[in-house]
Amino acid sequence: MQMPSPSPEIVAKKSRIVARLEEALGAEAVISDVEETRAYECDALTAYTCPPLCVVLPSTTDEVAAALKICHAEGVPVVPRGSGTSLSGGALPTADSVIIGVARMNDVLEVDYPNRTMRVQTGRTNLSVTGAIEDDGFFYAPDPSSQLACAIAGNIAMNSGGAHCLKYGVTTNNLLGVKLVRMDGTILDIGGAHMDAGQYDWLSVICGSEGQLGIVTEATLRILPKPEGARPVLIGYKSAEVAGACVSDIIRAGVLPVAIEYMDRKVIEVVEKHANAGYPDCEALLIVEVEGSPEEIDDQLGVIKQIARKHDPVEVRDAGDADEAARIWLGRKSAFGAMGQINDYMCLDGTVPVSELPYVLKRTGELSEEFGLAVGNVFHAGDGNMHPLILFDANKPGDLETCEALGAEILKLCVEVGGCLTGEHGVGIEKRDLMGVQFSAADMEAQMRVKDVFDPAWLLNPAKVFPLDASETRRTAKDAA
Amino acid sequence: MLKPATEEDLAEVLAAATEPFAITGGGTRGLPLQGAPLSTQGLSGITLYEPGALTIVAKSGTPLAEIEAALAAENQMLAFEPPDYRSVLDTDGAPTIGGVVATNASGARRVQAGACRDFLLGARFVDGTGEIIKSGGRVMKNVTGYDLARLMCGAHGTLGVLTEVCLKVLPRPETEATLTLSQLPPDRAVAAMSAALTTPYDVTGAFYGPCNANQNPQAHIRIEGPEASVTYRIDKLNDALSEFTSEMSVETADRSKAIWDDIRHLRFLTANALVMRSAISSSRIANALDRRVFATDDYLDWGGGRVWTSVTTDVLKTASDTLEDDRAGDPDEGASMIVGLVREELAFEGGHSTIVKASPRVTASACVFQPERTELARMAVDLRRKFDPKGLFNPGLMR
Repeated sequence: MQMPSPSPEIVAKKSRIVARLEEALGAEAVISDVEETRAYECDALTAYTCPPLCVVLPSTTDEVAAALKICHAEGVPVVPRGSGTSLSGGALPTADSVIIGVARMNDVLEVDYPNRTMRVQTGRTNLSVTGAIEDDGFFYAPDPSSQLACAIAGNIAMNSGGAHCLKYGVTTNNLLGVKLVRMDGTILDIGGAHMDAGQYDWLSVICGSEGQLGIVTEATLRILPKPEGARPVLIGYKSAEVAGACVSDIIRAGVLPVAIEYMDRKVIEVVEKHANAGYPDCEALLIVEVEGSPEEIDDQLGVIKQIARKHDPVEVRDAGDADEAARIWLGRKSAFGAMGQINDYMCLDGTVPVSELPYVLKRTGELSEEFGLAVGNVFHAGDGNMHPLILFDANKPGDLETCEALGAEILKLCVEVGGCLTGEHGVGIEKRDLMGVQFSAADMEAQMRVKDVFDPAWLLNPAKVFPLDASETRRTAKDAA
Repeated sequence: MLKPATEEDLAEVLAAATEPFAITGGGTRGLPLQGAPLSTQGLSGITLYEPGALTIVAKSGTPLAEIEAALAAENQMLAFEPPDYRSVLDTDGAPTIGGVVATNASGARRVQAGACRDFLLGARFVDGTGEIIKSGGRVMKNVTGYDLARLMCGAHGTLGVLTEVCLKVLPRPETEATLTLSQLPPDRAVAAMSAALTTPYDVTGAFYGPCNANQNPQAHIRIEGPEASVTYRIDKLNDALSEFTSEMSVETADRSKAIWDDIRHLRFLTANALVMRSAISSSRIANALDRRVFATDDYLDWGGGRVWTSVTTDVLKTASDTLEDDRAGDPDEGASMIVGLVREELAFEGGHSTIVKASPRVTASACVFQPERTELARMAVDLRRKFDPKGLFNPGLMR
């Protein structure tokens, strides 16, 4: 993966930049030792690494603004960082960049139950947002699988989803306001505890902008009362096609489950070994979860099971109690970890129209054979957000390249059938060079105009999202300036 | 009126254009637009509807009625319940789906299901240089590139002319019922609606008005779903809300539908020389209403998060009389004063207010949308200049 070569001028003035940052924020907020900066050399896309020039960990919005002002004045690129759990390289630094991380800003600032909103600092982890309100019967809906570690700042940057978005939406649907610091250090308050924008919907572009428009230090989030209860049902099928057809029929029938999860044989076998969840022996497995009172759950699951049985399932398994429900979820929740234990893998994130699931699964299998690398499928079927896991051996020369080439083919397939490159992980560097598959030059130009408004010098996370040749004039104009 | 029949025709027109256009869909919103009329009505028709994927794609000029009929045939709906402004604005014409998206028109169910912007999955539009641009797509999860489609939603055509939109749709609920609470003053009504919205019973509408204890105000709380579930939840809510009032009644399906149909068509806005629509935290609305100087009629939707304010000509005159100079008695002067006061109180409580209906003189001086703080306003100018460098689209509407 190509990254712009670091500016020798910036690297040469490292000590001055560090000194200015330390003077403004205090030495304890700046990490410049080469060994220590290695902790920040990558995010969860570990195939690519590069230590930054230095790392800044501010404690307040004003400190974020002060650090950005200095970097702006020095012409130094800034890579914003939440918890560094990005799967697409969103927080990958360059050698001439300063990482500004919000990890030390993790307070809950305000909770307003009657209005169903809360305001937090964005270094707070996703799970601990819910943790702060769950005893009072509330939760924050987006639940990416990295929720134990990932920060709200990163959730906003990537517009994170999760398993329950079929009913509750993704981050953009649950974000009402932000405090954003622009590259030039200007602090903007956008939106708030009310439900619509007065003029332009700035939040819509800020959410999912991968840290290219500003650093979000505070967020006003929509919170929801917890449902009375939830219960899954597990359904096994003889083929992926049938499972896909069942998903479409469930959605069409008018019941709206909170989650429909899918796993194929490859993944089932691995998680069986790892977690021993007792899954049936089948080609494809669905976990469908609904919410409500016990009677309401019975009614909804009744409809779902009736649909499922029309498709001749291998097994339909109810959860008689909380333990059985947990066992049904156990395998799904440990899927990524289990796959990681047996193999190196690359997790894709293309999304396709639900109606195209059977075709895309079949075609993915064919591509897997063509490239000679195994692919496991475990994903959110309700919204068509696929997560093909391509297994490869990082120690085998050429395997990573083959894996990336196969990944690119699968993503092109997703776009071809009317889907997109990434449903919730973000473009980062990983899918950057594939943007042209989904977008025309004019489409990307229009997106880059928005960045021009927020960050005309193109210093914030500049080498991400847009193919380097598409963004080159903008990125290099600053060198001339 | 210019009505391009294809996206390419529209692109050609815009590439060559040098003078501003007034961009409209069905023209039902009566906005104060300058320029040569340009309607999207020539771009019409449902392009793709997949009930099993909960998605519909339609050209922007497609009548909303056509879309709703297609959805109804599959027992689905636009969950955000776009309001119909025709009765209050006295306009005719047919609302279009592009107009709905361009204005982010969202109704009562927004409080639970989300606004139009939340259901918008993708859009195609032509910018002010005649370039055809697409953003988003037709899948429910999509973080590929910046979300320009949502940025177009609510931009009132000032950044581009929408040519096609893709929306997520939802199953139509089997049935509904409404709990009506009577004799509650505004602060207690807001508390009751908040209490309802913070139960796990999935309230899909919470409306109250008028905010005047002498006019028999009522709070309506809606539950939708399968019959047994609606009955169960209404019972639970009845218990949960009993501390607020003893005057509570249950409206069953037909009556409930009629109540929410009136709300959707804004039929409650009868005294309407001036109409405003405000957004505010429901925890702050009671404070804001306490500061009202003149006798406005206020109705609360979204559990108090949205306020519809309507004012009679008499009250506008009364307001102008306080000026005690030659402006006294002029309803437009009164309207400008009330718009200013409402916006001041909303800004103080962290909200904003939009003019829905006023005389042209008032909208010309007061601006349809509440002016943004300086830096955001400057960014808005910059953004418009980048998408519409020739200043073609609805000039002066958003400023």
